[in-house]
Amino acid sequence: MPRVVVDVMPKPEILDPQGKAVLGALPRLGFGGVTDVRQGKRFELEVEGEVTEAVLAQVREMAETLLSNPVIENFDVRVEETA
Amino acid sequence: MRIGVVTFPGSLDDVDARRAVRLGGHEAVALWHGDHDLRGVDAVVLPGGFSYGDYLRCGAISRFAPVMTEVVEAAGRGMPVLGICNGFQILCESHLLPGALVRNESQKFVCRDQRLRIENNRTAWTSAYAEGQEVTIVLKNGEGGFIADAETLDRLEGEGQVVARYLDGNPNGSLRDIAGITNERGNVVGLMPHPEHAVEELTGAGTDGLGFFTSALAAVEETFA
Repeated sequence: MPRVVVDVMPKPEILDPQGKAVLGALPRLGFGGVTDVRQGKRFELEVEGEVTEAVLAQVREMAETLLSNPVIENFDVRVEETA
Repeated sequence: MRIGVVTFPGSLDDVDARRAVRLGGHEAVALWHGDHDLRGVDAVVLPGGFSYGDYLRCGAISRFAPVMTEVVEAAGRGMPVLGICNGFQILCESHLLPGALVRNESQKFVCRDQRLRIENNRTAWTSAYAEGQEVTIVLKNGEGGFIADAETLDRLEGEGQVVARYLDGNPNGSLRDIAGITNERGNVVGLMPHPEHAVEELTGAGTDGLGFFTSALAAVEETFA
């Protein structure tokens, strides 16, 4: 079954309070060496048939329209092989 | 005048908003998210709450509700639209207003009586106030930080599209202390604080919010006269 993955991340210039909270929690748990954390979303889309360029174009449209808000987020679309 | 208040699944303040509309001297009309119908209203309020559970992003799903097609179309014709809190988020997601609302910088839900300055009293919803008037209106939000790129912020400031600004401390990290904005035409207003909770002495922090609901009358009489 082909799977298309859409990663949505807050834009670098946008403050990410959730990532900041995670970053703050790590040292308290004894994890050192992490200088920054950004928190985003991952969508896994199971699609019918082959993942053609047309399918990917449609997924990009979905990402722009619904999955992400282009004002505050960037997205990345890729195909993942599943067993 | 008839003012519609939209109920989405997860709206919380639709009943309060309808009450505020009546106290403002209008007829309140309940509108349903699933209808392609504004029932002939003269203005629309998108109330606060957690429509669609705030799933995906606040306002992201509501934006595609059937009633929003009608709201966007009517707003384009100049109909006054007021989005409060979650309603503000829906207006941004619908691109009726620029920018976006993100999680409070503090990561905490904030609930308090908030001092505000009305920066623009030329909108459909703020004409009852004096420019620069300071008011106290209830604020309650978890994702109320207004953000936009510097160019957009400069344009909003330059064109006088900042409607209200936070005083006595910024509650949520909103850029330039912005509490509310309007579109270029001044008929669409988004506001993070809740004027519908500040319309009666008995239950709120005074009645400073009432002006948002009495203003609408003047706006519509002007538009449709």
